[in-house]
Amino acid sequence: MSPMTSASKPSSSSASSLTKPVSGEKADRVFRAVAYACGILILVVLAAVALFLLFRAWPLIGGDQRTNGEVIANFTGGRATNFWGYVGPLLFGTVLVAALALVIAFFVSIGIALFISHYAPKRLAAALSYIVDILAAIPSVIYGLWGGLVLVPAIYPFWNWVAEHLGWIPLFAGPAANPPRTVATVALVLAIMILPIITSITRDIFLQTPKLLEEAALGLGATKWEMIRLSVLPFARSGIVSASMLGLGRALGETMAVLMILSPGLKYSFHLLQASQNQTIAANIAAQYPEADSIGVSVLIGTGLVLFVITFLVNLLARRITEKASK
Amino acid sequence: MMAQPQSSPKADKAPAIDFDKFNPTRSYTAARKRKDVAMRALIILAFVVALIPLVSVLWTTLVHGARRLNWDFLSHNMTNVIGGNQTPSGGYGGILHAIVGTLEITLGAMVISIPIGVMCAVYLIEYAGGSKLARTIHLLVDVMSGIPSIVAGLFAYSMFAILVGPGTLSGFEGSVALSLLMIPTVVKTTEEMLKIVPNDLREASLALGVTKQRTITKVVLRTALSGIVSGSILAIARVIGETAPLLMTAGYIVSTNANLFSGEMTTLPVYVYQEYSKYHANCPADAGSGCVTGIPMERAWSAALVLIVIVLILNLIGRIVAKVFAPKKK
Repeated sequence: MSPMTSASKPSSSSASSLTKPVSGEKADRVFRAVAYACGILILVVLAAVALFLLFRAWPLIGGDQRTNGEVIANFTGGRATNFWGYVGPLLFGTVLVAALALVIAFFVSIGIALFISHYAPKRLAAALSYIVDILAAIPSVIYGLWGGLVLVPAIYPFWNWVAEHLGWIPLFAGPAANPPRTVATVALVLAIMILPIITSITRDIFLQTPKLLEEAALGLGATKWEMIRLSVLPFARSGIVSASMLGLGRALGETMAVLMILSPGLKYSFHLLQASQNQTIAANIAAQYPEADSIGVSVLIGTGLVLFVITFLVNLLARRITEKASK
Repeated sequence: MMAQPQSSPKADKAPAIDFDKFNPTRSYTAARKRKDVAMRALIILAFVVALIPLVSVLWTTLVHGARRLNWDFLSHNMTNVIGGNQTPSGGYGGILHAIVGTLEITLGAMVISIPIGVMCAVYLIEYAGGSKLARTIHLLVDVMSGIPSIVAGLFAYSMFAILVGPGTLSGFEGSVALSLLMIPTVVKTTEEMLKIVPNDLREASLALGVTKQRTITKVVLRTALSGIVSGSILAIARVIGETAPLLMTAGYIVSTNANLFSGEMTTLPVYVYQEYSKYHANCPADAGSGCVTGIPMERAWSAALVLIVIVLILNLIGRIVAKVFAPKKK
């Protein structure tokens, strides 16, 4: 059948058509090179992000410190004159808002994930997963719009109640701002935004719990909750941790919802219910950017670099945890 | 309560165990049951709580957005809009320029990121195997998907400022920023799809003497096509709603700009934000009832509604493609 066996030395014309098939090795090599290049490109792009930002923020480090100080003083109303004095409160605000959002979202999303994976009937569960995905698909600007125009007026009575009855806790010290364009409201909106991320990851891991473990627990007479506590949650622990880290990373970098809701301030303050206390890095960049001059942009890009490094580390840690767990 | 269990005379060496000691008391069983019911209630409550914002967001957007959403709104841009006055066409300005901008910028991001993302996944699955470099890249792709969108915007802005000239704003710059956010999603979904292409197919093709490149393009990628398409659509749905990076790369204008490579461009999310930050429109004292002071907010809601509809439709298409054309598992 094969032409190679039929003749040991075929004529030159047929040999060329056989040993050199149409567009063979060359295309193969080009394709391979392109694939390798695209793989390497990921490394290059990530390095480029850091390098370009560093390059653009360079006047902050290598430039005239007095002009830098003036620009920063201009941004802060004279409260800070060097970069770290400027980025400190912003960083504090970013971490505060993100951590609060995580605290709120954590229990709710684990509850939803458990509901989808272990409580809801099968057909309902598929529909519920889809609903959670819709939550993830809604653009952040719409959450901002909704938060600013619907949630802010609607939630004031609640925060007011909290300030009156729980005001002895320094965190909730009153009086509650009206309109409540405060850290507490923003954290609530961010919690809604990171909810689907945490839910979808933890749900997938809950579903992977070995059936034998679950049935063993049930067979020993455990109630459903005991079964979950004894078999599902320990199995999913690292997954839960990494999902929360990913949610945290998302909350750290969220811009629009914060920008559209929060009344900004530059303090190291834990007064969640009062306005003009904190601001986040991302929202600050978007807010100051349109009016900033060249050095002002450098300062903002410097703060962006800080944000990049932090989210990078949080995400790296999260992925490391997942990788270790999956081995 | 009870006496010792009766020990038969034959096995009196066996220790006498008070088995009743291990019987759970009734209150203990009840407590366990109560806890079970309480946790069940909490878990269901968590779900209901999460539904409230979703329903509220969708409902308010629909109700507020439908008020000003008409053909005039979709077919005009924001030129000739003065305060809260009516424009000559009888409307109050519109989002034509934003729709054009959104489509072009997203298309630009697609053209950049889908080929790169697919080829990167091909490298990771087909060529690299489990090499150290591949594992690093895999990890970094994951990390890259967590980059804040505003950092992507700053990156594109800095890159164009250095390579093209300071202060450059163009739609393409926005595309670059968005593709940074889109590539990781495309890589990850493509990777997942390539993993489930059966190895038999590859081996059959290679055994026939087909080159590796042809095996990949004609057999592997074709088998995985539906997953790649649906993954890409979902990635588009994610970046189409991005605001922050476009704020600083694509700028904001009121007229329609169809040139992706020069001049500022408006996209729908940026439009929503800009209208939101206007808060009120001015109406002169002698203006008639045609002048609406709250028009910026109404425009913001309507644009938000259009955006949500686009995103949800894209999501739906992505899911349908994934389901209908999914490779059959044996």
